Order: sequence, then C-alpha cells, then structure tokens
Amino acid sequence: MLTQEVATVRKTALYDEHVALGARVVEFAGWAMPMFYDGIVSEHRRVRSTAGLFDVSHMGEFLVSGTDALHALEKLTTNRLASLAEGRVQYSAMCYENGGFVDDLLIYAMPGHYMLVVNAANRDKDLEWIRTNLTGDVVVDDVSEETGLIALQGPASEGVLAELTTADLSGLRYYHWTKTEIAGRETTLSRTGYTGEDGFEIYCDPKDSRSIWGAVLDEGAAVHVEPVGLGARDTLRLEMGYSLYGSEMDASRIPPEAGLMWVTKLSKGDFIGRDAIVRRMDEGINERIVGFELTGRGVPRLGHRILVGDDEVGHVTSGTFSPSLQRGIGLGYVRSDVTGELSVDIRGNHIEAHTVSLPFYREGSVRRSR
Amino acid sequence: MGEKDLLFTETHEWLSVEGDVITLGLTDYAQGELGDIVFVELPEAGRSLAAGDVLTTVESVKSVSELYAPIEGEIMEGNAALEDDPALINSDPYGDGWIAKLKLASGTDVSQFMTAEQYETHIKG
Repeated sequence: MLTQEVATVRKTALYDEHVALGARVVEFAGWAMPMFYDGIVSEHRRVRSTAGLFDVSHMGEFLVSGTDALHALEKLTTNRLASLAEGRVQYSAMCYENGGFVDDLLIYAMPGHYMLVVNAANRDKDLEWIRTNLTGDVVVDDVSEETGLIALQGPASEGVLAELTTADLSGLRYYHWTKTEIAGRETTLSRTGYTGEDGFEIYCDPKDSRSIWGAVLDEGAAVHVEPVGLGARDTLRLEMGYSLYGSEMDASRIPPEAGLMWVTKLSKGDFIGRDAIVRRMDEGINERIVGFELTGRGVPRLGHRILVGDDEVGHVTSGTFSPSLQRGIGLGYVRSDVTGELSVDIRGNHIEAHTVSLPFYREGSVRRSR
Repeated sequence: MGEKDLLFTETHEWLSVEGDVITLGLTDYAQGELGDIVFVELPEAGRSLAAGDVLTTVESVKSVSELYAPIEGEIMEGNAALEDDPALINSDPYGDGWIAKLKLASGTDVSQFMTAEQYETHIKG
C-alpha cells in the first residue's frame, strides 16, 4: 500500500536508530527518513505539549568564507545580511534574476564565515547557483556530509537540554547560536526551529549524532520526549503557516506572492531578482498565498481547486488535518482580491472554508520577543 | 466475531459474512501502514456498487486511500461513528472501526477471498 523502496537512497547517521524505534521510513529528497514512529498526531501533540526530537540531518549546510563573503551573499540573498551580527541567525531566500525562488535558507553569522542551511532537495542546485554567481574572494564548502542536524522542539526543550550542557540556555535568544558541548560532544546550538514551539537545532559531527540523540531521549524521558518524524514536522509547520519550498515557493513564484516580503529587503541595494520583483510589484501582484480553514468536513490537499461560488480562484499548495485545531487547514495561491468565504473542491465536493490570518495555531511557546 | 473468522482482500479490506449481508473495513495491517486516520467519507446508504468500485475514501494525515467494494452489492449503512472518531479504524479495525455494511446481490460467491492465514502470508510476501 505505502511501502516504498529505500535501498538506493542515502541514510543519515541515525538511520539504524529510526529502524530500531519502529519508524515508518520513506524516501524524501533522496534520503531514507522517518515519516512517523508511533503516529503523526501523537508526535505532533508531543511537540506542542512537552518536546519532540527530530533527525533533520538531510538538510544541506554550506560554509561561505573569504573577504568578500558578506558582499557576495548580500547579492545572492534577499534579506539584509549586513546587519546580521556574529552569533545571530537569519531566515532568508535566494531568487533567480526573474524573482523566482531558488530556495529559502537560514544564514548563521559565524567568526570569519557564514553557514547556510538549505533544503535537502535543493542542495546540489543551490550549490551550483551560489558558485555560478559568486564574485571576488569567496570560498564555498559543502559540509553537508560532515554535518548532522538534530532538532529538539517543544516547551520542555530548554529544561531537557540544560541537563546536557554547560551553556547558558536561558541566555540564548531566539535566532541566536552558540558553540557548546552537548552530552560531551562539540556542537553548534541555535534557538531555531520550524514548529512554532520554543526549541533548538543541534549541528554536530555525524559520528556524534547517535550519542546526542540517545542522551536527549534519555534525559527527556521524564517529560516523555519522543522521536518525531517528517509527518509531524509538516503538520507543525503548516499550523504556523510557515512556507515550504516546493509547495508555497518554487522557481515560478516570487516573494510578494509567497508572503515573504518580510525577508526581502528592497531597500538594501542590489540583489539577484530585485529588479524583477520591483517590476512585478509595480505591475500588480495577481495571486498571493492565503491561509484557510475548512468549516465543512474534509482534508484539503495539494492541487485541490479553491473556488468562490463556482469560480475557480486558486489552488491548494499545502493542506492537512490540523491536530491542534481538529479541522482541515491549508495554504493556497488565490487571486489577490479573494478574502473571506470560499470553498475547496475535494474530489468533486465543494467544502466550505474561509480565509484566516496566520498562524493558524496561536498558542505556540516560541519566544520571538526574546 | 474474531479476526480468524474474517475474509480478506488483496487490497486490504476485511469482510464478515452473515447471510446476504457483509460488514467490511480496513485491515489492521492497512491502518498501521496509513497511520492516524483523520477523515472518512461516510458511505451513502442505497448506492449500488460493482466489485472493484470505490466504496469510500479514507484519509490519514499524509495520504488519501480508496476503499473498494470487494463484491457486488448495495450499501446498507456506513458507520456514522467514524464521522466523529475516524481513529476508531486505528484503535479497533475489526470492531468499532468497521466502515460499511453491504447487501449482497443474490447468489454471490465469497470463496474468492483469503482466510486470515492466507492474508497473513499475503502481507508478508
């Protein structure tokens, strides 16, 4: 029924742990990754209530160094990098000349270099794009193979991790990173995540992944920290209305359509895609991402048509059953004038829905203000 | 009725036969593969189905799966309890998680289906 061939795909350092934990393993972006262990809904609730542990080692990491690194990345990315102080992390995007998305990414400002964290599916494409468009004294290293990435997400994360490190976690603010040992292993630790909950992402040597993973599960057992798969990672991000490359973003979409002008700083000076974005905004943006909730029963899915009356006004880019809200939720591109009541065509049934402001889920523990 | 008395299809439906009425649902193996069931379209009573027709749709968080009529018949009833609690299919696939009852066309032969033992072999294969 859902069995997938995973023999030819890449495995993270934690693959054997996932299998031992009874994970349903699927192929994702060329990697054998856990979709769920016990179940997506219970894992989702675990993250919202205490904390869950994710293996996201499939993500790509590049180090960018050299005297022109800042200048080169400022030109390659949409957010204002010059103001990013060492110790901080920034969410940003890369666009083609026509304004379409190459990828979204995190940028870590480190001593003498930047670390870029990119989507696994885009890693090769991103590396080529970056190398093609670099100028000056800049070196890019793809360190993905030498980098494990484990995320601990949920309101209990700080308490659990505090027992495994000497770092001052309460002093580590949202979207900041530090170097510290966790369970005696060297890591780069950031207060970041993709769930809407307080939490951390732990970058380590893949050889240390298993000890860190095991130590966090052992230490977290008292608050029932459990492993969480990619299934709940998607429902958690969608409840927050976070965009996903390949769904809300791709080469055919530009930041003002995707609702990502908050990471696109037109005033910072030239960057690749800027002129096209400005021109498209002058012409008028005809479609944009909205969040919607179903009032009727059903689950919206990628590709479903969005209607107002009998008029097709857009389509679903991400949809799921929200474990927190107990109803169907989704993101979709619709005509810019559409707001309020609409319906989603689910296998021929027009299910009532209405647009909502994001995030869908507002009780998350993430501490943006810190 | 225990699992041992049920019949099974290659597409992971189970059925129990009482006279000319069959009760059917999704097998324990299938619910485990799908994960948390979050939505089931309630099969409409009165609809006539040929063998292989889509009986209803079962959705987990990540996937949409169709449930097929294993045999010709007419839908007598869908399990209304699944509207409020579709996860009954996960927690009790052969009991409270039943999906529909069909009235068989006369003279229908159910000998084509697998026994519990044969189905066990089928899913291991």
